[in-house]
Amino acid sequence: MRYAESGYNLEIDLATGNIEKVETDPKLMELHLGGLGTDVKIHYDRVPPETQAFDPENLLIFSAGLLCGTPTFSANRMLVTTISPQTGLLCYPMAGGFWASELKYAGYDKVIMRNKSPKLVYIYINNDKVEIRDATHLKGKGALEVQDLIREELNEPDAQVSAIGLAGENRCFVASIEQSKSSASRGGAGAVMGDKNVKAIAVRGTKDIYLADGLEFMKQLKILADWIDHRNHNPLPNKNIMTIHCGVGSPQAMKVIDESWHTQGFAWGNSRRRRKTFWNDAINKQWTEVQEKATKRFISCFNCPQQCGALITHEDTPRYMAKCFSKLSYMFAAEIDEQGFNWKILEPAFQYGFDSFSTPQILAMGVELRKDGIFTDEDWEGCPSDIAGTFFWLLDKMARREGRVGDLLADGCYGACQRLGLPEGKYDHNNIKKHEQMCVKLGMMDPLYYLMYSTNEKVSITQMEGNWPQEPFREMADREEFVKDWPHLPDEKFKKYFLDWEPRGEFANPFYPTKEISAELVDWMELLHNIDDALGICCGMGSFCLKPAYHIHNYCNFINAATGLNLDEAGLRKIVNRSRNLHRALQNRRGLRRKDEAPPKDHWKHRFPEYEYELLSYYYNFKGWNMDAIPTRKRLEELDLGYVADDLEKRGILKDDPDLIYVPNDNVSREESSIYLQDGQSDFYIPDDHVSRKEG
Amino acid sequence: MATIKKKIRTIKINADLCNGCRTCEVVCSAGHATPRFSSNNPARARIHVITHRLENIFLPVFAGENTPAQCMGREKYVIDGKEYDECSFCKASCSARGRFIEPDSGLPLRCDMCEGEEQPLCVEWCLNKVLTLEEREEEVEEEVKLGEMELGLQSLVDKHGLEKLVDTIARMSQKS
Repeated sequence: MRYAESGYNLEIDLATGNIEKVETDPKLMELHLGGLGTDVKIHYDRVPPETQAFDPENLLIFSAGLLCGTPTFSANRMLVTTISPQTGLLCYPMAGGFWASELKYAGYDKVIMRNKSPKLVYIYINNDKVEIRDATHLKGKGALEVQDLIREELNEPDAQVSAIGLAGENRCFVASIEQSKSSASRGGAGAVMGDKNVKAIAVRGTKDIYLADGLEFMKQLKILADWIDHRNHNPLPNKNIMTIHCGVGSPQAMKVIDESWHTQGFAWGNSRRRRKTFWNDAINKQWTEVQEKATKRFISCFNCPQQCGALITHEDTPRYMAKCFSKLSYMFAAEIDEQGFNWKILEPAFQYGFDSFSTPQILAMGVELRKDGIFTDEDWEGCPSDIAGTFFWLLDKMARREGRVGDLLADGCYGACQRLGLPEGKYDHNNIKKHEQMCVKLGMMDPLYYLMYSTNEKVSITQMEGNWPQEPFREMADREEFVKDWPHLPDEKFKKYFLDWEPRGEFANPFYPTKEISAELVDWMELLHNIDDALGICCGMGSFCLKPAYHIHNYCNFINAATGLNLDEAGLRKIVNRSRNLHRALQNRRGLRRKDEAPPKDHWKHRFPEYEYELLSYYYNFKGWNMDAIPTRKRLEELDLGYVADDLEKRGILKDDPDLIYVPNDNVSREESSIYLQDGQSDFYIPDDHVSRKEG
Repeated sequence: MATIKKKIRTIKINADLCNGCRTCEVVCSAGHATPRFSSNNPARARIHVITHRLENIFLPVFAGENTPAQCMGREKYVIDGKEYDECSFCKASCSARGRFIEPDSGLPLRCDMCEGEEQPLCVEWCLNKVLTLEEREEEVEEEVKLGEMELGLQSLVDKHGLEKLVDTIARMSQKS
């Protein structure tokens, strides 16, 4: 009997319509757990490195995490892996909702699709019955509305549906996959789904998921429930922490109205300028009225007691569901102060199926290109004169790839600028690895964020940060109070790191946390995200949360009771590091090198190029990677990945080059330099704020 | 007949607080698995949260008695502008729908209020207090409990009628 996992994948050849139910090797769980871990393994083994996003050989995998479908609170993540049309790397957008658990109840851990369907179809999985059904009548339907249409068509009200909208059908590089209130957004998996001509996957399951030791599992879950209940009734004090991060769960943007932190700390427009005096009583009053009226009910994902999403009913806008930072992203980009605009534009944005982080920034860049005359009168014909109207118009053009404007912007900031022959970074300045980032522009270089931005495989900072406060507390008494009740830390010495961390002076950014401490902290936070992504646990309950429900000391309790494995922390670390290094090797095979690993040049005003180089070098070495960001043979063999080392060597990627060995440089220059502000970027607004450096 | 005090358990459902997470379904099915908590499957749960998220319908419904035949007609409720599906408020396991029917055996499911437990599992695990337990004592007439054989005979009487049963037993006793 298989515990926690179903032990079967669905393999679908979209070109021939062949569907197979394939039993998986139980050993894979021991080696990679599930979710992201086993997905990476499949991609490494089966997708040649030369395969591009829209090649038939590119796999599109919908995966449930290892603990999805078990009673594990918040284990509801649907993880989609594929080669991103934007970055050319393996992307793994995730969504909560209800789909992943339903897939497990239908008897599968993953749906693996290859090749392309000759016409638009949707897939219907009902336990052992799996059909590829015609979807030509659903062409152009919204990613939300089509979920209900399919349920009605199937006469199966309990089916869970993941779907794309027009953006996915038209292969927009930032197309999302929508499921209930959730979106699998980052990296453009929706475009690959559209390219494969799959409109949706509907699933209904009525089978059992087994636990190896159910009584022990529920005992552990009870301890967890008590912690969640305690944290719900005792949020962290918001004196030093932004209110949306004081509880457990995803950031509570739907509940919290005071957005002084985001609106004054983040950058508006095409991530160009901050508005440090934005928030005032009038704004507070207007936003309170609008938000309270718009949020009809707070809602959750499957088997999660938290309420991070909301049902939105704003004026005559059709109803939809929203979550997290999407509440603000379009307003920021359009530089519109009225909150109602965001509630209005989110509805078509979700129906089209667009990533709420990237898309607003692309639209803002479009407006800049128009201002600078790169988009002409002819391109802009029919566009309303006001900025709100412009954004709606651009969104629609982009979803349809209509006209020169729509077709260019649909390739994202980097893609559009490349096609226009513009110098890289002039307009598409807020990218990492060709992917749009959170609209943050800050003062002082932060070593933790430097490493996270540079190296995280998601290319999205929220999938790396979370367990460590974003800034030091000013008063020692507050720090002492905070570390008192912090069992989540991997080591007691981390408490000292936090106590020592100052807003200014010797123990402040950019040189504190030191490179040694930064490496430990970043590696720990990355590990937590990778555990969550393998188990299918929402990072709001674990890796992206201060003092969360799940942490390094209790994951094994759930994994062991659920699966029958006998893991300790070291064992868990080894498994997750194995998958993480396999992931890195996969990206290396696709061309990723050190030159690609850097935050946007204008991310911070105060930069220290030589120190940053040393910081990253130290971190690579800490991870067991060489100076070109590639895992060494030694590291790979430690993780039973000798076959990967062989492969990388055979391909000439991993070389025995003494220049790639780390040589510590403790006398590195700590000079500040403005080299990052050259190359035509001097006209950017750069905030002059040493202290405020909160990230997201 | 003598009266006794009987504990009446009521689960109060505050549907306005429900966020539609379905933890109640998960723990219910896990708690009724054999061995206990060895598996879970919401399709086996004795509670179901009817959800139409965009219509703001979040309605936990408990499994009641099985009904051998479908209703002759149907009702649809509209409350506060929200239109509920046919049979939404009905607790019965019934051939009109797949709800509260064991997926493997086809046998009906019925909420037993987790008899013997301090409180039903769905109540215990609902952190948002959508489901709360209320208990009160009522004076009721003491029932005469039927023995095993009486129960069996009663079901035969229900099915075939007392006269036919008596005739059959008389005939059988003569043969033996």
